[in-house]
Formats: sequence, C-alpha cells, structure tokens
Amino acid sequence: MTTSALHRPIDALAVGEVALIAAIDRAGLDPGTAQRLCELGFDEGVDVEILHRAPFGGDPLAVRVGNMVVALRRDMARLIEVEP
Amino acid sequence: MNAPVSITRQPVVALVGNPNAGKTSLFNALTGSRQKVGNYPGVTVERKAGRLALPDGRSAELIDLPGTYSLTPRSPDEAVTRDAIFGRIAGERPLDAIVAVVDATNLRNHLRFVLELKALGLPLVVALNMIDLATRDGIGIDSARLGALLDLPVVETVAVRRRGLEALGAALAARIGDTPPALPQERPSDVRALQKQARQLAATVQTSTGSAKAWSQRIDAVVLHPLAGPLLLAAVLFFMFQAVFSWAEAPMGWIEAGVAALQAELAAALPEGWFLSLLNDGVLAGVGAVVVFLPQILILFLFIITLEQTGYMTRAAFLMDRLMARVGLNGRAFIPLLSSFACAVPGIMATRTIDSPRDRLTTILIAPLMTCSARLPVYAVVIGAFIPARDVGPFGLQGLVLFALYLAGILGALVAAFALRRTVTKGAAPPFLMEMPKYQWPALRDVGLGLYGRATAFLQRAGTIILASTIVLWAMASWPQPPVGANKPAIDYSLAGKIGAALEPAFAPIGFNKEIVIALVPGMAAREVAVSALGTVYALNDVSEDNAGSLIERLRSAWPLPTALAFLAWFVFAPQCISTLAITRRETASWRWPIFMFSYLFAAAYVAAGITYHLALAAGL
Repeated sequence: MTTSALHRPIDALAVGEVALIAAIDRAGLDPGTAQRLCELGFDEGVDVEILHRAPFGGDPLAVRVGNMVVALRRDMARLIEVEP
Repeated sequence: MNAPVSITRQPVVALVGNPNAGKTSLFNALTGSRQKVGNYPGVTVERKAGRLALPDGRSAELIDLPGTYSLTPRSPDEAVTRDAIFGRIAGERPLDAIVAVVDATNLRNHLRFVLELKALGLPLVVALNMIDLATRDGIGIDSARLGALLDLPVVETVAVRRRGLEALGAALAARIGDTPPALPQERPSDVRALQKQARQLAATVQTSTGSAKAWSQRIDAVVLHPLAGPLLLAAVLFFMFQAVFSWAEAPMGWIEAGVAALQAELAAALPEGWFLSLLNDGVLAGVGAVVVFLPQILILFLFIITLEQTGYMTRAAFLMDRLMARVGLNGRAFIPLLSSFACAVPGIMATRTIDSPRDRLTTILIAPLMTCSARLPVYAVVIGAFIPARDVGPFGLQGLVLFALYLAGILGALVAAFALRRTVTKGAAPPFLMEMPKYQWPALRDVGLGLYGRATAFLQRAGTIILASTIVLWAMASWPQPPVGANKPAIDYSLAGKIGAALEPAFAPIGFNKEIVIALVPGMAAREVAVSALGTVYALNDVSEDNAGSLIERLRSAWPLPTALAFLAWFVFAPQCISTLAITRRETASWRWPIFMFSYLFAAAYVAAGITYHLALAAGL
C-alpha cells in the first residue's frame, strides 16, 4: 500500500467536500473491523464526503461512502486517506 | 387444482439481507399475522417464522434471519444467520431456498452480499426491495439486466405496499424442488474482490444514479445539527414520556372500571367465602393492577418501534456516542438501552448487535437501570398517591417527577458503566462503526404487528407468572387465618405477615414498612408484581371491611411521604426481576454475571432508598 505524503485523512476533510479514497491503513485495524469497513463500502477509489460531525467535540463523524452513510469515530477516520 | 404434493415436507425459505434492507417489512407482508416468534435453542436470538403460501398450492416455512453484512459474523446475532444457512443449528431444518433482500437505493453494497450468497449454490431469489424509493431518488435500475448478469431471478418489490409479492412467490416456487438441496460448504470469500465486482455490476445496471438520498440528507441537516440535534432528541424523549402518561389516562380508567364492575358482579353472584376472596382479592385485584398498565406499555412501544422504523434511532445513537464514550461505551449501546425502557429482556437481547464482548457485558449489566415498563405501574401508583396533580408551568408535576425518576435511572446507569468499565469489564474501547439508514415512513402494518407481539407477550406474562404469583401471595397472605377474637389485621397472622415481620428490621432503616417488605418478596417474579402484591396485601389488610377504596387511596393513608419517596428511589435500581436475571444468565453463559448484577443493584437500591428516606425526613416532609 502506498501512502503518499500528499494524502490527507478523511478526518481532515471539510463538511461537504467530496474526495476519493486513496488508501486505507488496514494494518492499523483488527481483521474483523477491516473487513466490516470494506463491507460498508470503504475501498480505494470510492467517493467519500463528511456529512456531519457530532456535537460535543466533533466526534463521531457521519461519512457518506458511495450511497451509504456510516458513523465512525475520528481515530478510525484517521486511518482512511483520501486523494488531495 | 394442483395435485396434492407431499404433505410431510414443508420447504424452508429464509430471508437474508443487510440490516435496513426492509427484510422485516417483507416478512410481515409475506406472512401477515401467520407468524410465530420464538427462540433458537441455546441462544436468545429471536426466531421469527411464518407460513408462506406459494402460488402452486404448496406452503413453505418462511424464516426472517437477523440482518447481516456478510457471512463473516461480528456479533452473536449475525452468527445465527451464518449458522442457519450452513445448517448448524440443532433442531433447524436445512434451507430449501434463500430470498436475498436488497435495498434498491443501496445497490452496490447489498449486491456484494448477494454475490457472496450466490456462491453458496443454494436456490436463490433476489428481492429488489424499496424500488419505489429508488425511483423517488431518481435511481433507475434495469432489473432484467441485473437478473441476466447475476443469472438469478430478480423480483422488484415494495414490501410496505405489498408490491411484487406474487412474482416473488412464483420465482420461489419455480426454484424449490421436491427434495432439499445439499448443505452449502463454508468457503472463505475475498470481500474486496466481491465489493469491486458489485460496484461494477451496480454501475452497469443503473440507468441513472439519482441524487443520493437528498431527502435523508436534508432531514439530517436538522436532526444531526450540533445544537438543534440534541435539543430535538431531548424533546422527543420528553414528549414520549409525557405521552405515556397523558394518552393512557382514559383507557386505563376503562380497564379499572371494568375490573371493578367484574368484582361487583362476582360479589353479587357468589357466596361470601375463600373462593370469592381468591377471585376478587387475589386474581382480579392482583392481575387487574398489572393489566391496567397495558395502555402505557403499548404507547411506549409505539414510540420505540416507530422511532426504529423511521431510522431516527441510529441518529440518536450517533448523537449519544460522545456521551457514551465518556463512560466507556459506544453509541450502539443506546438502542438496546432505549429498548430497555420498555423491558430489559428485549434490551439485553438487543445487545447482541454490539460486537465488542466487554461493551456488550457492560451494556447488559446496566440495562436493568433503564426504567422498564414493569416499573411504570409501581411509579404510577406511588406518584398517583403522593404527588399532587398540579401544573408546574406547562407541565404536570406528576409527569415531571416521572421524568426525574427516568433521569435518575439513566444517571445511575452512566455512573455504573463508568465504574464497571474501570473494574470488572476493563479493556480497550472497540471501534465504533454504524450504518445510518435513510429515513422512511413507518409502515402501519409493521408497527401494528410489532405492537401486537408486545401486547400478547405482556398479557401472557399477566396470565401466567403474574397470575400464579398473585395466587401464591394471596394464599400466603390469607393463611393461617386469625384466631377468633383477634383484634389485629388478618394479614398479621398469615405466613406472608410473618415473613414480612421477620425481614422488616432489615428494611426499617430505609423507611419500608411490613407491607412493602411483603410485597417485595413476590416482586422477585416481576417488578410490576409488587403493585399487585400491594393491591392484595392492602385488600386483605383492610379491617374496616370497606373494599371500595382504590390502592392509591389506601397507600395515601398508610404511608408517610418519606416512605413513598424511598420506595420510588428503591425502584430506580430495583434488582428484583427473575426474567432479567434469567436472560443475563443465558446471554453471558454463566451464573457469575446475574449474581453480580443482582448484588450490585440490591446494594444501590438499598443505599438510594436510605439516602432518600433520611433526606426527606431531615427536610421535614
């Protein structure tokens, strides 16, 4: 997996900004979670967008991935990188 | 007419699909009220089965399997679906066919699961569900092309409008043979490869992509707004609890009047004696005191089922995640905890969707702190007797006190979770991942069937466990009978009175009198039994022979206010519920956790009641 310095974690996206997933740091996740992430549609080349940040500190995030909206916490969002 | 087919073999068909694919709606539409809800042996996963009439005259058993994203389970719920498909559940017949339920508005993710199911080699029919919502969102799907590419029958359905059901039945009938197919073999599948294939497939068959859930996003802009969102959630919960009280008032009056009329009929028709006492003071006073709360329980479930169906519940979980994270849980625990407001048993069963074992155990242990509907009868009677029915601003004082009791339970649960996560369930916080489905109008049929199930379960409890414990208590409170010339209330001479008197010293420091202690003993069976027990105890206790007064009036004259408040505080924590302890035993597969649960709740209840009693005394109440 190539992790370029140009990639940003999805956590860094502004609300409403659409980007393509460049890399997912699957090694930073347990295998079950990595698989569920994939089952929910997170994969290289798929479009993502941050829809909402929860009140009280902006955690968790509501992320649109393809046609699905998924809630995840920022620590996991940092493992998913998007193309600049 | 069709030739009679073998009547000995009824084929088994399972509905399988992602959560939120509309599986349960499809199940309800296909089976109507001909469904049976039970449990799988050994696990407490709900087994929903019904009869499906096939167009060729045969009938199949249709099973609604728990929603899952794949055949690689992450939670006990999802494991049931995998085990059912691979024929690993004892007592379950192997499947003849699968209906893969697919959300037409979320084709690419759901098709991945279809591809995984297809590899099993079982007869498979794809139900392209919620096709109307796809059309509304501007998503065009060439379902004939999808069927050709998948080499599977694809049927467009709208479960909530009963569209496509006949075509689905016909497609199934064509695929179900006279002999069951061979059991599928479990093979590892490459999720990413399947996902890629599904995306390409979806892109090929979608004639237009539409605006992705524009509606849902517009609603979310308000519901998940940093300020408006939490306020709306608080308002929804507050309205729900006010409604439970105010809407139920009239139907509860009817039930009370009905029970009283029945008691009068019996008193007129039967001779004075133990049999009349059994019926009037035992059965009718006891069971009647519980059945009267059916309207409140139904209203509470009406809200919970509706909120779940609209998709709001996962938004609530999203909003609550931060708060839950502070005490070491995640937002997903919010849904089982909210269900526990109706009853801790389905709440604890709902924790099976939590994938982390430690989070799940913590959620199970705090679930009984959510004010379940069985506590409503207790709260309602005591509040009705001791809290004046006046208004404070726009709200009724009685409703406010009830709200405060709910709040006390929630705070208690947060404190308990915080303490548990640092001691007995210590460990790393697991990742939180949750799909947020699109908003949907709740379907009347699905809400209705859900409510019907809850009502029958409640009435079954009232007719069995509560009826039985009421009769036992009546007998214990009636015998031995007082000697001739006795001047104390009859109950003082009875077995129940003696047990109460023996235990009374232990509870006197927290302001409980003998009658309360007597009522707490059968209340072990179920919390609401405490009310029927009080009803029975005070009905038999009545020396004035004036049976006209309601339980509320009797309590008002028998309890000082500090005792009433201590009793309310006790019931915030009240450990006594055999069903909750039994379900905890089953879900945790050990006696350790139910015993732990009972002990910590008992200690908390005792301390809370004691503090309340002495504070109330000190305040001169």
